[in-house]
Amino acid sequence: MVVGAGIAGIQASLDLAESGYYVHLVESSPAIGGTMPMLDKTFPTNDCSMCILSPKLVECGRHLNINAITGTKIENVSGCAGNFTVTLKQSPRYVDLDKCKGCGDCANACPVSIKNEFNQGLELRKAIFKRYPQAFPNAFSIDKCGISPCRAACPTGVNSQGYIQLIKLGKFKEAWQLIYRDNPFPAICGRICSHPCQENCLRSRVDEPVNIMLLKRAAADYVYDHLDEITLPVPETQREDKVAIIGSGPAGLSCAYHLTMRGYKTTVFEAMSVPGGMMRVGIPEYRLPKKWVELEIQLLVKLGIEIKLNTQIGKDLDIDALLNQHGYKAIFISVGATQGAKPSVPGVDFDGVYTAVEFLKAINSGENIKIKGRVIVVGGGNVAIDAARTALRLGADNVQVFALESREEMPASPDEIVEAEEEGIIFHHRKGIKSIKGIGGKASGLVTIDVASVFDNEGRFNPVYIEKTEKDFEADCIIIAIGQKTDLSFLGDKYKNLSDGRIIIADTETFATNIPGVFAGGDAVTGPKTVVAALGAGKEAAESIHRYINGIDLKFERQFKVPEGNIATFRYKDGEVAPQGSIKPGSNEPYKRIKSFVEVNNGYTFEQAQQEAERCLNCGICSECFECVRACNSSAIIHSMAEKVFDINVGAIVLSLGFTPFDASKLDYYGYGKYPNVLTSMEFERILSASGPFQGHLVRPFDQREPQKIAWIQCVGSRNCNIDHDYCSSVCCMYALKEAIIAKEHSHDPLETTIFYMDMRTYGKGFEKYYERAKEQGVNFVRSRIYAVEQVDDESKNLRIRYANEDGSINTEEFDLVVLSVGMEPSAGVKELAEKIGLNLNQFGFVEPAPLSGVGTNVPGVYVAGAISGPRDIPETVMQASAAAGVAGAMLSEARGTLVREREFPDERDVSGEEPRIGVFVCHCGINIGGVVDVPAVVEMARTLPYVVHAEHNLYTCSQDTQAIIREKIKEYNLNRVVVASCSPRTHRPLFQETIREAGLNRALFEMANIRDQCSWVHMHEPEKATQKAMDLVKMIVAKAALLQPIQQVAVGVTKAALIIGGGVSGMTSALSLAGHGYRVHLVEKTDRLGGAALRLKQGMQGENIPSFVAGLIEQVRQNELISVHTGAEVKEVSGYVGNFVTTLTTGEELQHGVTIIATGGEEYKPDAYLYGRNDRVLTQVELEEALADGDGRLHGAKNVVLIQCVGSREPERPYCSRVCCARAVKLALKLKEQDPTRNVFVLYRDVRTYGFMEEKYREARRRGVIFIRYSVEHKPQVEATGDGLKVTVLDHVLGVPVEINADIVGLAAAIVAPESNKQLSQLFKVPLNEDGFFLEAHMKLRPVDFASEGTFMAGLAHSPKNIDENIAQARAAAGRAATILNKERLESHGVTAVVDPNKCAACLTCVRLCPFNAPRIRNYAASIEPVLCQGCGTCAGECPNKAITLQGYNDQMYMNMVHGLFKEVS
Amino acid sequence: MAGDFEPKIVAFCCHYCAYSAADLAGSMRLQYPTNIRIVEMTCSGNIDHRVILNAFEEGADGVYVAGCMEGDCHFLKGNYRAKKRVNHVKKLLEEIGFDSRRLEFYNLSAAMGPRFAEIANEMTQRIKELGPSPLNKKENGKEGDGK
Repeated sequence: MVVGAGIAGIQASLDLAESGYYVHLVESSPAIGGTMPMLDKTFPTNDCSMCILSPKLVECGRHLNINAITGTKIENVSGCAGNFTVTLKQSPRYVDLDKCKGCGDCANACPVSIKNEFNQGLELRKAIFKRYPQAFPNAFSIDKCGISPCRAACPTGVNSQGYIQLIKLGKFKEAWQLIYRDNPFPAICGRICSHPCQENCLRSRVDEPVNIMLLKRAAADYVYDHLDEITLPVPETQREDKVAIIGSGPAGLSCAYHLTMRGYKTTVFEAMSVPGGMMRVGIPEYRLPKKWVELEIQLLVKLGIEIKLNTQIGKDLDIDALLNQHGYKAIFISVGATQGAKPSVPGVDFDGVYTAVEFLKAINSGENIKIKGRVIVVGGGNVAIDAARTALRLGADNVQVFALESREEMPASPDEIVEAEEEGIIFHHRKGIKSIKGIGGKASGLVTIDVASVFDNEGRFNPVYIEKTEKDFEADCIIIAIGQKTDLSFLGDKYKNLSDGRIIIADTETFATNIPGVFAGGDAVTGPKTVVAALGAGKEAAESIHRYINGIDLKFERQFKVPEGNIATFRYKDGEVAPQGSIKPGSNEPYKRIKSFVEVNNGYTFEQAQQEAERCLNCGICSECFECVRACNSSAIIHSMAEKVFDINVGAIVLSLGFTPFDASKLDYYGYGKYPNVLTSMEFERILSASGPFQGHLVRPFDQREPQKIAWIQCVGSRNCNIDHDYCSSVCCMYALKEAIIAKEHSHDPLETTIFYMDMRTYGKGFEKYYERAKEQGVNFVRSRIYAVEQVDDESKNLRIRYANEDGSINTEEFDLVVLSVGMEPSAGVKELAEKIGLNLNQFGFVEPAPLSGVGTNVPGVYVAGAISGPRDIPETVMQASAAAGVAGAMLSEARGTLVREREFPDERDVSGEEPRIGVFVCHCGINIGGVVDVPAVVEMARTLPYVVHAEHNLYTCSQDTQAIIREKIKEYNLNRVVVASCSPRTHRPLFQETIREAGLNRALFEMANIRDQCSWVHMHEPEKATQKAMDLVKMIVAKAALLQPIQQVAVGVTKAALIIGGGVSGMTSALSLAGHGYRVHLVEKTDRLGGAALRLKQGMQGENIPSFVAGLIEQVRQNELISVHTGAEVKEVSGYVGNFVTTLTTGEELQHGVTIIATGGEEYKPDAYLYGRNDRVLTQVELEEALADGDGRLHGAKNVVLIQCVGSREPERPYCSRVCCARAVKLALKLKEQDPTRNVFVLYRDVRTYGFMEEKYREARRRGVIFIRYSVEHKPQVEATGDGLKVTVLDHVLGVPVEINADIVGLAAAIVAPESNKQLSQLFKVPLNEDGFFLEAHMKLRPVDFASEGTFMAGLAHSPKNIDENIAQARAAAGRAATILNKERLESHGVTAVVDPNKCAACLTCVRLCPFNAPRIRNYAASIEPVLCQGCGTCAGECPNKAITLQGYNDQMYMNMVHGLFKEVS
Repeated sequence: MAGDFEPKIVAFCCHYCAYSAADLAGSMRLQYPTNIRIVEMTCSGNIDHRVILNAFEEGADGVYVAGCMEGDCHFLKGNYRAKKRVNHVKKLLEEIGFDSRRLEFYNLSAAMGPRFAEIANEMTQRIKELGPSPLNKKENGKEGDGK
């Protein structure tokens, strides 16, 4: 199992799969690729990151023996090496991978935009998304992060976020449909809902909540304006069971609706003459016009709900009769709280005193009531205000409201209070009623008493009155609105126990009463509450009733409330969302509206609704509006997909989880996150990238302006002990150089670039030259310490960097843009995973590798590759990946080949001599092609083309069923060439080639026309021209297809043995690794002794005992029966090619081998400066190490030791860094100090290049008093012999004056140089060397141990200078790569190869000289191309003067035929 | 009428870079003129003089070959070879009095979808300005009819 599918995971998987193992590749994100796809260019070659990765992605994605499991994390690991059980947890993707075609129709439809993390948040993506255009799997996934708080807050569970998004799109009908699933009263709730959704709306953290209620109203208003367009939902299959509902208020009707939707027959019994309960008779017309109540109830009747009016239960029918005589399976009691409560004060029974409930009911039932004079309303809730405003409209001269509560405490909604005040209603707060005055039995006013407090300390209603504050108020009419109660008389004596005398008792969750089959909900159970609460109760009761009838436990696996943890939280940073208040709806002028019952609030216009919907923050990300489901033509989207947990049994585990970039906002003084023009390097990569948010235009995201001056600040989050990041991130210097160079290339005007750094660490292969190139191109380098980045106080928002120079002087400089070179941190999840597996982590949280293993860990069978074990660049990551694959493979060698799958195909039909019979399949790609290109017309045209015997169109040509159709048509029409016109051959050719192979055709008899990527997608607005072009493309491909010939892949056998040249640590490690796989190894060493350069080393960086390690290796090699050691021998002659080499040694031995690994090592440069060789107190580093270990007399009493760095390195004649010397100098300095703490140790350096964790040792050395003095290459130190010692003079950069040191010993960090003998090997194996004499790999980034010509690999110092751990990793990598070849019984040529017509060949050698892969050779006076070596570029064919060479499948005749086909008129 | 002239331009594109860039332009839904007809090649290095000349003979108004960025060739050096050959054909065209601006060589990487679209625009614009190729029988015939 490989965990983490960045480049390391991909490489390890490919190597293992090619070596005969089945690989499970586990990746937590929805796509493989890791960080590389985000990078623009890669150093030091500046080639495009995506270009080099893309072929690997495709190869990995399609590999039969790699099972890529995306969206998955490791839950648990048990077992041991060879037999691990890994428990995996896969998050739902919500998209069926087999069905998704990656067309993107869903994303176009999706209304939810969020920050695109792939583009570092510099632009937006949709909630349904593909990580990046070239992602594998080429499928979308949906981002969900819980239930939005608005939805969670709604008792009916309406998907508010969903319908808000639909409204945003102007899809009011769909919005109404979404609301209607849970709530059959959108028009009602859109007007009078208490909207708990809005109370919970997280937008209120920015400004004010989204006006969700009015959005709901807008959806309803739209739909009821277009009633003929709506289709009501269709209930489930009708059931026989009947349910009775008592009371047609919101609770009852909601329950009836949900039961009806489930197929039950429902009858609602209503005592009044109108249905709707309080919605109908309690709420005044000016707030909720009755027409909406009537309309929405009418829709329910249409759905099949039966409403029996004027039927009073208890009088006309009773509960018993319903259950037993009328056959109702269950009853839901929802009689509401319809009686007004009265206070027990004197005078309450006078005439002219009404309860608000009876008052409103009378008005709303159509009674003609006129009111005159003064009206007093008692109460502070919405009902009181309803009564007051209604009274005003009925003709009252003035209306006063007396409330116990203060204005803030009043339960009435604030909007209502404001509107009432606008209408002239006077409020008296904190007033209780003492008594009602009356004259002749008729009320004439009341006496009030002041209220000190309404609620007690615990928030309970407990008013305290202030004595002697009585006041008199006159009135002609008094309306009491202090509460409501339920009329329980209908229960009679028989069902008395259903209530407590006040309310009906029912379970608060299930709404079951103590009588089986009888449920109750709404105000009758809870006391007066809101409409939406009643609707929620009805919905839940419906679920309970369904369960009751079907004998399901009422609570089993039932969620009554969204758990707190599932509710989405506010995920924005401060200031991230720009404030923009809620849109205010229009309302009628108060003076107009008090004259009638016309609706006060006009609601939103549709445009306003769309604007208001824009304010939604999409807390849950995916809004579950189901627009994607509607848009997807291949039914790939499954919103109900659930998490999966499963076990996989594996033999070994490779961990390659990569890294996380340091969060620069943690370091306040850089201003990241505060100032818009401070970016991280990752953001800058995306800006530079052609596929990034600005399409590669170098602009500031802040104002889209091209910057003139950019600064890079190095070591952000690295080399910083204040934040426990006391390590070097190893790659930042190089990427900053690269970004500076590329930025200059992208800039239209000359761009000034400055890099602020401490040490320039360009230690890798080719890096130093890159640094020099950057200097030549004018990149400024400032060795400095940064104090702060501050924003300039003007519109430009430029930045001022304050920094200290090396000499301590302080400077400031202004820049348009500052890029922070952020370092690497262990990736999220490493810690947790390490605990599960028992892995050791280092102090920074990276995995601690086992010493001198390159890729091992403390847990056998678990290996690491890439940045999981420390910051490293891509080539080292890839090396480790191949190494881990090699080691894991060796461990599991017994199981090799047992689990791999191979695809079986029928025998190929011989089509030679047949006239072409072409079948053309044109794809609609859903609407991706068909929506622009007239696909049937293309098919018609194709039918007229020469040799076409069949043409058809398909909805998705790549779908499983169309594959079957293609196979059938091949049989039916005896097709011998197949053309598909659809998308890109880059992604789909292999799929179709497999299909035709399954039908017995050679895969080369297939061709594709790309009428999507090259046509419909890029000419969306020109359908006619696009159709014409699609026809042209098909004509061309059909013309080519007529010439297609089968290509037989040539196979050669493989000699299962390796030749390894060089018996040092690298060579021996490779040898042991391959022998571990079970392959024979010939290890050739030119000296008479194994061990190489490491024989002189004593101690590794972590204090490892090198001599014993080397001795151990030698012993193992000697003992291994599969390894034959040839010492004192060199390679004399080589013939053959990959799989079949024959090499003759100088000893005369002839070796047969399938692969070669060159591990010839390096040598220490012999300096000719600093008195080396002329004074025995001047030693090289290696000599000094030996002297230290041997207790050399020269060191006794040596009080002053000077170590001089870069001796022979980073010089014009050797313009590379020897990489290991800085770390070795630090190690030696520490050792020297350890031996004698009073000793002075000076390190004279140019840049201290202690990359990675070696930085710690550097810090330790400084702490222990080692003195580091920098010198510049122009002023090298001078070493002179004095009487009894040496004098070293160096120009101190800080002080600017020469410093003289009397030294006892001088140690020189002599360069590592390539052996002279490399040249000869280079010629023998026809593999290239770089300018420095080291071997040159096939690709600096992704093929770091391969040569361009197959079958030959390199390892160790032969490749470039590196330390022993790195050499071991590379040696194991070379073995891992070699094993991919040796595993195979036969090597097959690549599909497309060049062939020579010997009759035309003049043996001019053009092709031989040209081919980088050494494929052409001269045999019998003509060139012949070795198919196994040929990579199929066809450069030889293009260059061949006599046109003797052709490339199969891509020859000149085909190209010419294509062009001819294009221009020929079709008859 | 120059305004109505819709040239046909044949683009020989390397599979690894230019062809991929065209795909990327597609995924990014970049809109460019409909005049380009792509011929996929394994490597631009495979292009031959006679294929280019043949395209003009058949009536192409413009031809371009697109290979990887310099130094980025998937097959190491094919793009250099291609460029050399294209430049050679340009010379040949000049010698026979045929405007060599109708032929071009471009370098681009697989990530350069926008550049692909830009080249399509650039080339279409250029050829529109140059008018139909003298070897374009159809366009020339049409013009003749017009007179």
